[in-house]
Amino acid sequence: MIVGETPLPSGAFGVDAIAMTMRFGDFLALDNVELKVRPGSFHALLGENGAGKSTLVKCIMGYYHATEGDILVGDRQQAIGNPKDAHALGLGMVYQHFTLVPAMTVAENLVLARDDVPAIVDWGKEKKELEAFLAKMPFKVPLNARVSDISAGERQKCEILKQLYLKRRFLILDEPTSVLTPAEADEVLGMLRDMVVKGELTILMITHKFREVMAFADEVTILRRGKLAGKGKVAELTPDAMARTMIGAEELTVQPARTGEAGKARLELEKVRALDDAGAIAVHDVSLTVRAGEIVGIAGVSGNGQRQLVEVLAGQREAESGEIRVAGDAYHASREEMRRHKMSLLPEEPLKNACVGGMSVADNIAFREFDRAPFASGGWWLNRGAFRDDAKKKIGQYKIKTRTPDTPISALSGGNVQRAVLARELGGDVEVLIAANPCFGLDFAAVAQIHAEIMAARNRGAAVLLVSEDLDELLELSDRLVVMFHGEFVYEARTSEADLTVVGRHMAGH
Amino acid sequence: MADGSIGLWTVPLAVLGGAIRVSTPFLFVSLGECITERSGRINLGLEGTLVMGAMSAYGISYLSGSPWLGVLAAGITGALLGALHAGICSLPRVNDVAVGIALMLFGTGLAFYLGKPLIEPTAPRLPAIDFGWWSDIPQVQAALRINVLFLIGVVLAPILYWAFRTTRWGLLIRTAGESSDAARAMGHSVLLIRLRATMVGGFLAGVGGSFLSLFYPGSWNEGLSSGQGITAVALVIFARWDPMLCLWASLAFGGAAALGPALQSVGVTSGYHLFNAAPYILTLAIMIITCSPKRTLTGAPAELSITR
Repeated sequence: MIVGETPLPSGAFGVDAIAMTMRFGDFLALDNVELKVRPGSFHALLGENGAGKSTLVKCIMGYYHATEGDILVGDRQQAIGNPKDAHALGLGMVYQHFTLVPAMTVAENLVLARDDVPAIVDWGKEKKELEAFLAKMPFKVPLNARVSDISAGERQKCEILKQLYLKRRFLILDEPTSVLTPAEADEVLGMLRDMVVKGELTILMITHKFREVMAFADEVTILRRGKLAGKGKVAELTPDAMARTMIGAEELTVQPARTGEAGKARLELEKVRALDDAGAIAVHDVSLTVRAGEIVGIAGVSGNGQRQLVEVLAGQREAESGEIRVAGDAYHASREEMRRHKMSLLPEEPLKNACVGGMSVADNIAFREFDRAPFASGGWWLNRGAFRDDAKKKIGQYKIKTRTPDTPISALSGGNVQRAVLARELGGDVEVLIAANPCFGLDFAAVAQIHAEIMAARNRGAAVLLVSEDLDELLELSDRLVVMFHGEFVYEARTSEADLTVVGRHMAGH
Repeated sequence: MADGSIGLWTVPLAVLGGAIRVSTPFLFVSLGECITERSGRINLGLEGTLVMGAMSAYGISYLSGSPWLGVLAAGITGALLGALHAGICSLPRVNDVAVGIALMLFGTGLAFYLGKPLIEPTAPRLPAIDFGWWSDIPQVQAALRINVLFLIGVVLAPILYWAFRTTRWGLLIRTAGESSDAARAMGHSVLLIRLRATMVGGFLAGVGGSFLSLFYPGSWNEGLSSGQGITAVALVIFARWDPMLCLWASLAFGGAAALGPALQSVGVTSGYHLFNAAPYILTLAIMIITCSPKRTLTGAPAELSITR
């Protein structure tokens, strides 16, 4: 800011991005995009993965320097060189990946975030001030708890409180409710909405949940493939119209109808107990039966033991006690057992949990069968031609976008990595399918295709265990719904009879 | 036995005295490495820093006549080597463990090369304070003749413990070590924080080296360090990156290292070499007891390349 210039007025202010273009090498991430956030408004930024939403807000925050374009803060042009400049102007951002330090306490994290951390911190005084600040806030966080010990929902609240503690007046939220239960999301967004209405704050929220856009946002801007695809007042738009603007002309895979009844028990868990990496009990003696031709959905806020449960089923983690049976036989996640029982796995973060990033798409697709005919002779001589032929067939069938079958799989986009895993896991017969957050971070086309494949596997008689943090996905796909909280199954209902508020309450542990 | 008056008490006394003497370099190197690792980087080159520190301390002490100038020179040498490590590591795709091993060899090699002319002369040594004046027994007096650097190290450990919690620099170092994303989101330069932390770590390791040449054993030669620098890095791991535990671990290590000579002094000579291996057996035992394939190390900075 130039000396002598009048300071920005207090209270909420607006931010405009004008003709923003951002190039990463040959890739055009933003193409002449315009965004106008009025002061004291709640603005939603919609778009598919890779549409350029994150790039745009990172340009505003000074993380990236736009190739072309200007940023106006409170109608004044500003050169924002780094996040510190943005903070000095009163801009703040809550990132999708948490920026709290897990090994520190909540109080340490809050004080640390200030630009003026004293050289020697007087904890007595700071804690008193923090308590006074928290007393004015509608939700509470435990100040002296280590961040690693609090729930994901509390962490998200903490991130938002941190920005308010820093007195930000323009707040960018990147998918802020992905780890909250619907009730928690309403609580947090409702409180922020009140501050917007009072004129204390302007909010720009990146999201993909239309429900939240309809309930809380005033205006919306929609991006598609780096370009401005549409904008307008929320009151004048419908979710359908917004979705169409986001997707464009792309055809989505049609999901097959639910057919057939559940058959015999296929996957049985009995008092399964597993520990987390720190040695604490993460899965607490859970029992569950999944029958052929049914999808059982496990709902829950992330960090309640779902990951460890899936790791036990996938053979990535040893169970402490308990028993797992597949089709009546004891199951220890060996390769032989998985093959015999035709088990398939769609773990979360497929690039990390289901692929070797440096190996080719063809190799990754062949992992389950690579040492058997026709891929290998005598169990050791690999037939590269068979790898490639099989991969080519599946690349076409599953619409995997890759330059060649020999491209390293890590070069593919998230959606195409998941499609390749899908081709491997669902390409043959499936009797048991275990899927964990299979659509996390994927675009509409990939989500529609994966949902259709899961439903088709169920209709063919597979027993499906679907673990997801996305309640809408579970309500759409599963026949039966189980809620996991603190490592235990606390609620179970047929999906058709499940009451959303009751499910939400159990997810929050009440 | 030379002195029958205290009999077998010689052994614990000698172990105590030895613990204090032997632990001093461990203490400084581990406190320094603790700072560096808390910032999210591991510097395995501290063995080289230690030897370079010993050499430069001896040289400056000999030339200037002041051992304390020697200590300062050792610290500065260490800080420069730390800056070199941090500088190379801040380049993209550089692995800090590999750089550390290279610098370990570089530091010891350079010290032997530059230190050739220092093997003959005698340099002024660091002073010690007699805490055993009240006793007539020579063994007690010997055990309680405590060097000043050890005392500085003992004071430094709680100061560091406090500083990691209550100072801005302590919080910043921990943030860089626990989550570089968080540090960047706050607008701090992680590389700069790590550069400074590695330089401070190198300074302390250099000071640790000066103890070797200026107090115990108190001369310069090529066999001066028997891997104290690298052992101290392991010591930080089982001290769980806590400066106070670094102090206790250093003392335990020093005591174990003094066991062999102490037993020899009372006439137990069988298994002398076995007792000399006590510190290494201790390391292995502690590592086996405290580590588990199913759990991550508690207290490990999340950004450390060996724990990530």
